[in-house]
Order: sequence, then C-alpha cells, then structure tokens
Amino acid sequence: MTDNFTEIRLRKRYRAEKRFKIYSVSALILALLILATLISSIAISSIPAFTQINIGIDVKMNDDQILQFEEDPENVSWRSLQKKSFYSMFPNVETRKDKKELNKLLSTGAYIEIKKFYLDNPNKLPDNNIIYVPASDDVDLLIKDIIDRDLPQDMRTISDNQISYLDKLISNNRIKKTISWRLFSNSDSREPELAGLKGGIVGTLLTMFVTLIISFPIGVLAAIYLEEIAPKNKFTDIIEVNINNLAAVPSIVYGLLGLAVFLNYMNMPRSAPLVGGIVLALMTLPVIIIATRAAMASIPPSIREAAYGVGASQMQVIVHHVFPLALPGILTGTIIGIARAAGETAPLLMIGMMAFIVDVPSKITDKATVLPAQIYMWANNPERSFEYLTSAAILILLVILIMMNLLAILLRKKYERRW
Amino acid sequence: MKDVGSMIPNQYKITTSNVNVDYGNKRALHDINLQIEEKEVTALIGPSGCGKSTFIRCLNRMNDLIEGCKVEGKIMIDEVDINSPDTDIVELRARIGMVFQKPNPFPKSIYDNVAYGPRIHGLAKSNEDLDNIVTKSLKRAGLWNEVEDRLDASGLSLSGGQQQRLCIARAIAVNPDILLMDEPCSALDPIATAVIEELINELKERYTIVIVTHSMQQAARLSEKTAYFHLGKMIEYDITSNIFTNPKHEMTEAYISGRIG
Repeated sequence: MTDNFTEIRLRKRYRAEKRFKIYSVSALILALLILATLISSIAISSIPAFTQINIGIDVKMNDDQILQFEEDPENVSWRSLQKKSFYSMFPNVETRKDKKELNKLLSTGAYIEIKKFYLDNPNKLPDNNIIYVPASDDVDLLIKDIIDRDLPQDMRTISDNQISYLDKLISNNRIKKTISWRLFSNSDSREPELAGLKGGIVGTLLTMFVTLIISFPIGVLAAIYLEEIAPKNKFTDIIEVNINNLAAVPSIVYGLLGLAVFLNYMNMPRSAPLVGGIVLALMTLPVIIIATRAAMASIPPSIREAAYGVGASQMQVIVHHVFPLALPGILTGTIIGIARAAGETAPLLMIGMMAFIVDVPSKITDKATVLPAQIYMWANNPERSFEYLTSAAILILLVILIMMNLLAILLRKKYERRW
Repeated sequence: MKDVGSMIPNQYKITTSNVNVDYGNKRALHDINLQIEEKEVTALIGPSGCGKSTFIRCLNRMNDLIEGCKVEGKIMIDEVDINSPDTDIVELRARIGMVFQKPNPFPKSIYDNVAYGPRIHGLAKSNEDLDNIVTKSLKRAGLWNEVEDRLDASGLSLSGGQQQRLCIARAIAVNPDILLMDEPCSALDPIATAVIEELINELKERYTIVIVTHSMQQAARLSEKTAYFHLGKMIEYDITSNIFTNPKHEMTEAYISGRIG
C-alpha cells in the first residue's frame, strides 16, 4: 500500500521534472530560432550587395587626349572619353535620346574607373583597352534577376531599348560580376553602385577611440575610489544609486546633453567624432564603473589581507594586486560597454553625426558619420539597391560587434583565475 | 598580572592595556590586558567567537580594514603606542608579519611572493640582494629544498602546507620581529601541521610569535604562555603548563577538559 503510494508520488515527481526540462529547453530553442531567423534573413537579403556588375568598354585614347594626359591627367575629359568609347560600341544608336538611355547603363561614376585604369597603367595609353566599369544600379538588379525583365516596360525602371543593349553586351561577353570591394574602399554616395562604408567604419573607429580614452581611465579611477577608498556613508550610497540609475538612462538624453553642453555652450565642432566620442563616453562610463567595481569586489579579501600584512600601502595593494587581478573583468566590461556604444544612433542624432558625409574623416574633428547612422540613412534611401546594401551594412556592423564580444570572452578565458 | 606589567613596564615586547574592540554596537573584546614576552610563543585559545582572532588583528592594526570596527585602549610594542596618530601603519605592519588561517599566496610566482615585501620596502639594493633574501626566507620557512628548482612556478601550484610555509617565508622576508599567526594550521592535514609546528619551534629563536589556535594540543606543544579567551574576555593568562595542568579559573578548566567550546 505505502509502496504503491511512494511509487505514484515518485512517478509524478519525475513527470514534473521532465515537463520543467522540456519548458526550459523549448524556451531556449525558441530564442535561438528567432535569432537564427533574424540573422539569416539579413544575411540572405545582403547577398546581392556583395557582388557588383561591371560592363567592359573598348577605350582608345586619341593623340590629343594622350598629350593632355601627359601634361596633367586632370586635363583629360574623362566623362566624354567614357561616353564616346561606349557609343562607338553601338554604332546603331544615333538619336540623342537613345544615346542618353544607353549611357544610363553605366554608373555615373564609371569614368573614375577609366581614369584609375590609365593612372595605374600609363604604358597602355596608346592601346585598345577593355576597361570594366560599374554598371548602374538598375542594370545591376536586372542582371541579378531582381528586376523582372518580363514585366511590361512601364512597370520597371529599365526600358526595352536598354535591355536590348544589355543583351548585346551579354552576348559579346562584356558583363562581369565581381566582389564589391568598394563596400569597404568607397565612402557614402547617392549612387548605390558607388556607395561604400569606409566613411562610416573610419568614423566609428575614431568615435570609439575617443570614447575609450575618455571613459576607460575616468571610469576605472572612479570605480577604484568608490570601491576601495571611499568611506561607506550616505553620500557614497547616493552616488552609487545614481551611477546605477545613469546606466539605465535612455541614450538620447546623452545626445541632448551633448547638444546643449558641447555644441551650444562649448562650441565644439558639429558632426565630429570628438563630440560623438565624448557623448558615448558619458553613456559608457556607468557601465565601466559598475563592471570595474564588480570585478574588484570579486577579488578575495585574503589577497588584500596578505598584501596589507606584509606592509603594502593602500595604493600598493590596489596597483599591485587588486587592479591587475581585476583587469580581465574590467576589460570585459569595457569592451561590452564600447560595443554597446558602437551600435548607438540616438545620441549621435542630436549632435549631427546622422548626416550624409562623403569624405572619409582623417581626424577626430572632421565631419563624420558612424556605421549605425549610415545604416539608418541607407534604409531611408528610395533606390531599391539600398535595400540590399542596408542588409550588408547591418551584417558588417554585426560582425564587428560579434568580434568585439568574442575578444571580451577570449580575454576573460585567458586571464581568468581560480582561487 | 596587570600589576606586574605596570611595575616593570619595559620588560615586555607587547603590552596591551584595557583594549576594547567594538564591531558597530557589538563589543567583541572587553578590557584585554596582556603582556607578551620577546622571543616566546604565546598561544591564544578559546572557543569560536571568543575574540582571539580579533585580538591578534589588533596587534598589527588589521582591524582598521574592517568597516565599523573600533579599537580602544593602549597597545604598546617596544614602548611605542601603535594606535597613536604618529605611528605609520605601513612601517608597523612591516615589523609585524602575519600568517592567516587560509594559505593566501599571491597568484604570482613563488619567487615574487617572497620578493614582494622586500621590493616594496626597498630592502634589497640589487637583484642579488633580493635573491639572497628570497633564498634565506625560503630556507628559514623550510620550503627551499622543495621549491629551489621551480621558483618561477605559481605559488598556487603548491600544496596547502607548502603554501602556508610560503606565506611564512613571505612574512619573514621583510625582516619582522613579531609573527602573528591566526590559526595557521586549521586548513592543513596532520602531516603538514607537524611540519609547520616544527618550523614555529625553530622560528621562535628569532621572532616573538603570537599564535591563535583551536587545538589545545598545539598550544601545549608550542607555547611558553597561553591565554584563554571566552566571550570577548581574557579569562586566564599563565605559563602554558600551568594552564593545562593547574588552571586557576573554572572556565579554563571546563574548556581544556572539553566541557565547553
């Protein structure tokens, strides 16, 4: 009787435990599925952006142009060289309107490639050259089968005439698909086939540099004071509570602060990594302070006692023992804080870093934008190609952030100590 | 005892008079008067929570590190009041080595563990000097033969008993004249304990040793004098053999015969 009762109770407990396990595992699977869906949808829609369609043009300079080039390459009318060379490949195209349509197959920046070709190969000046230049974004999408050529003409952005020119180029084997390295070597542009992320990447690096050199020393020193030196009283309690609150303040508030203090009051340059870095540093400070304090608090008191016991001063205990031992934890917190700042857009909106900036910044006071800001702006562009570029940019930002987090994990793994 | 102390005040290495310790509102030690002789082992025994560790931590002002801990009364070491504002706490702790209950080597190499104290106090003028200090300290701590070929290994790679001897070497490397030991063997097995006890017997030729212990046998084996603490009060202080064979106070007798504690 009792045996039977025990058995029933036991079986009931086993079932409950099994159910509990199933719930938690399915929660995990659900979370992973959502993440996988998100990343794979971004990855899939970014694929077209990583290749680029190029059109080969027969270019031959005449004697005048060669002379001009030898004087100064800037004197050559590269645009007209591009047009003339391209038109000569289609002798049947005669009217002005048709020529204009034909020229629209090429990117507006196509002549830059021709110029680059001659600058790189000055010995080929007199030759007949086939130079591959980027196609326009519509051609790009058509060749990648994103624009459907069977649609009626008025429903697509590329005309029947243009398609027939393209078919001729295809049959002459003048269409080439390459990896779009310009995504990393070009700066932002209104033309999707020319737009790259270099400006945003360099801007992000400069901004993060400013953020790091401001927030790391200040955050660590503040945390050392609060954790090791400050007396425990009401005043330090209030500071502690407020630091924890600051970590939860919406990031745009820091942007407003930056606008009011750094731009309007201190007249710092607008749109500059310097200001962006300071604003993001303010945002990162509480994170670093909290991480540093937690890392130092986890150092066993026996190490402090040992150091005090041989007559180390408080500074020596901190500098020789507590800080080096806490460093892996501090670095982990800092990298995660910086990674969070690197993905931030809202505070930068207020200080003008959410802007279309073509030049790559070379110093922290130059006008610049950052990767997330560029993603936001690309997503707002009407050209269809930007849809794919946006996904590609998100993927690149994600890769950078994942690498930073990976670095944090590796650092922690490498220097982690057991007591 | 107190009378004897005030009559010949200069005879003792450490003299405490009316030492009271409070943790917040809770009094942990009541009016401790104790005289400790130079180059002797003085054992402090008593049940858990009786204040013996608190007392030993007063002697190198380790209690300063504890939030809300207040020490009153006079503690004279070599006729200097260690609680006076003129006393530099770093210099004081350099003169008074401390060995803790749990071996706590720094997570550094064996060499650096011992060299740390001499380095921060500038005791070595050259690297050779430092090598000599490290070698000498490790030899005195009886650890040299076991580690001489792996001084670069982490201090944490040693066994518990070896770690504790490393901590002793670290403490004596700064050339103290007093060693405070707070239950140095409580985390060790009997064999390692025997090694440490033997070491303490050798060390007392050079150092004044104050040892807190839970083991009455240990106190009996090692010490010249023994103080029995109970609930924050010092009940009895006498020559060790008197304490264990002929205790004057009934509480001491109850403790050593195992009826309390």
